[in-house]
Amino acid sequence: MTTMQMEYRLSQLDQLEAESIHIFREVAAEFEKPVLMCSGGKDSIVMLRLAEKAFYPAKLPFPILQVDTGFDFPEVLEARDRWVARLGARLVVASVDEAIRRGIVVDDGRTSRNRLQIGTLLNAIEENGFTAAFGGGRRDEEKARAKERIYSHRDEFGQWDPKNQRPELWNLYNGRIRPGEHMRIFPLSNWTELDVWHYIARERIDIPTIYYAHDRNVIARDGMLLSASHAVQPRDGEKIERRRVRFRTVGDMTLTGCVESDADNVEKIIEEISVARVTERGATRGDDRFSEAAMEDRKKEGYF
Amino acid sequence: MTTPNTAPEAVGTGMDLLRFATAGSVDDGKSTLIGRLLYDSKAIFEDQLEAVEAVSEGRGYEYTDLALLTDGLRSEREQGITIDVAYRYFATPKRKFIIADTPGHVQYTRNMVTGASTADLGLVLVDARKGLSEQSRRHAVLLSLLRVPHLVLAVNKMDLVDYDEATFTRIHAEFTAFATKLNIPDLTMIPISALKGDNVVSRSENMPWYEGPSLMHHLENVHVASDRDLVSARLPVQYVIRPKSDDFHDFRGYAGQIAGGVMKPGDEVIVLPSGFTSKISSIELFDREIAEAFPPMSVTVRLTDDIDVSRGDMIARVNNAPKPSQDIDAMVCWMTNKPLRQGQKLAVKHTTRTARALVKDIQYRLDINTLHRDSDVGELALNEIGRVRLRTTAPLLCDPYARNRTTGSFILVDEVTGVTVGAGMINDVA
Repeated sequence: MTTMQMEYRLSQLDQLEAESIHIFREVAAEFEKPVLMCSGGKDSIVMLRLAEKAFYPAKLPFPILQVDTGFDFPEVLEARDRWVARLGARLVVASVDEAIRRGIVVDDGRTSRNRLQIGTLLNAIEENGFTAAFGGGRRDEEKARAKERIYSHRDEFGQWDPKNQRPELWNLYNGRIRPGEHMRIFPLSNWTELDVWHYIARERIDIPTIYYAHDRNVIARDGMLLSASHAVQPRDGEKIERRRVRFRTVGDMTLTGCVESDADNVEKIIEEISVARVTERGATRGDDRFSEAAMEDRKKEGYF
Repeated sequence: MTTPNTAPEAVGTGMDLLRFATAGSVDDGKSTLIGRLLYDSKAIFEDQLEAVEAVSEGRGYEYTDLALLTDGLRSEREQGITIDVAYRYFATPKRKFIIADTPGHVQYTRNMVTGASTADLGLVLVDARKGLSEQSRRHAVLLSLLRVPHLVLAVNKMDLVDYDEATFTRIHAEFTAFATKLNIPDLTMIPISALKGDNVVSRSENMPWYEGPSLMHHLENVHVASDRDLVSARLPVQYVIRPKSDDFHDFRGYAGQIAGGVMKPGDEVIVLPSGFTSKISSIELFDREIAEAFPPMSVTVRLTDDIDVSRGDMIARVNNAPKPSQDIDAMVCWMTNKPLRQGQKLAVKHTTRTARALVKDIQYRLDINTLHRDSDVGELALNEIGRVRLRTTAPLLCDPYARNRTTGSFILVDEVTGVTVGAGMINDVA
């Protein structure tokens, strides 16, 4: 394949990487106070890797923001901490529990933690005066996201208006905002789930161990396998079982299900996903299941 | 760049990427075609298909409406039309594809221009029963104006004309004649049925008279690597990296995405607009030095001399550099309700450089149906395209759009609302 070299062709992963790095640098250059939103999940960790590359050998020119739902998987928080230490970055934690205590969001006992994250996040953005927030959202995840811009404008209420988006042309991003507004930035917009995994494999990226197959106590509920923990206890008729599982996405423990799997390394995961017949969110995310337009509604309110 | 690894874990990493934009009228079957490409390449998952099957059944359709797979936002599903650019992804063992799916509806030129701006290939659909419509011509004009190098005309619904060769030949001839007026370096026409799957992924047995490739075969094999300008080296400086740490005390790197040409360590370069010259000491990609950089790589370039370089500057070769100019002659697509007028002031973003611009005059409006030039126009309305002269507060470092789509394009931004209101393609630099 010497022709590849002569033609100056970049593989798709290299092209995606180049595009994402361009976005990180553009935001760092044009916004006063950016922040990187990190859940500790694989997508946000891939963002950290790309940001590391974008500014090397300098440190990240922005802090990392994590919304602590109080129901996060300990393995995810551990991975987050390893990355923060590796990058020498500043970590800002916005806690849902604290937001409830301060009356910023209301826990009526019926609202999910996922939903309470929205108010907590918007408050953290406002209190810290962040003008741009990087998120790990990908357009292949969900139909509403397929239409979202890489620079996604949010009004002073943090809301997304899908009918009033700015056109986005070439690689020219418009970062103008008015006081009180902010921009969500999605550097992974053009990546697919499989791209993310290929990149994790290629770069040997350190991700939370719960993505790999392991034995875990689980409870079957609503067609999902939830991890038994302080946050999820068996209800009447349910029982705790020990199964070999892995997680395809990580959110809070009450909503994120796992799948039965023997894929205990990244190559096996890629193999498994390549033949998977159900989307990662459809398989394991209770929060997207409520209605056909569930994601669209949460996005309008200010979800990631 | 190295020999592709054929180990299982490398599948997907050695592929390249094709970005294409689709256009078609509401009824040309575009969503069905995209649905089929996604479905046949297994980019559609069971839960998505089940949802679509349920809706189709609920509406009493006899077949699964694949168009439902792509109609993303609730308001669109209610209206049954696509209102904005949507991006879709699928991959075959050969390539990864990014589709910019743009609505064909009359008032949405702006979306089509947006989708085409990053496309390597444009896919225009026509209904075999109706032949070339005003809209299909308009889509071809826009793709040509945006210098999308490859165009595919998919003549759809061949099943409804009994796979008739004469129908295809007639449309083929009509479009060939029309295309001579445009800049389309590579044109391919394919008879298909998106609904039945003819010539979409595999060659159709219903049209033995057609000897060309299936649509998927063409998308997988069309040659795009040489579409970019590899002659004129251009690096718009995006960000200056200065770690100020003990390990990298004197490090000063100019980060950016290569917009044209090939850069190598040792190259004599000029920094614009200052005109200082220096030599590339190294090109870095994260923690390793590379031998050459080409588009669209994001790299960090270091120079041998300690000269003043900042964001918005352009690094080029000494004997092949863009000429800094404050007088810009461009085709502008206007994208907002309030019309563009002479004397108006706007912000302009070109590469990594932002300036203010004054609209000197609107020379003519291009009728994208007839290609007629209406001079004597006082303004450009939403979705209109015209030739405009701008005077900028700072020099832009640009090339003609026909030579380089990155250094030849800009956006116009309303300084009060902050909204992107126009897209420009530079004709010439005064």
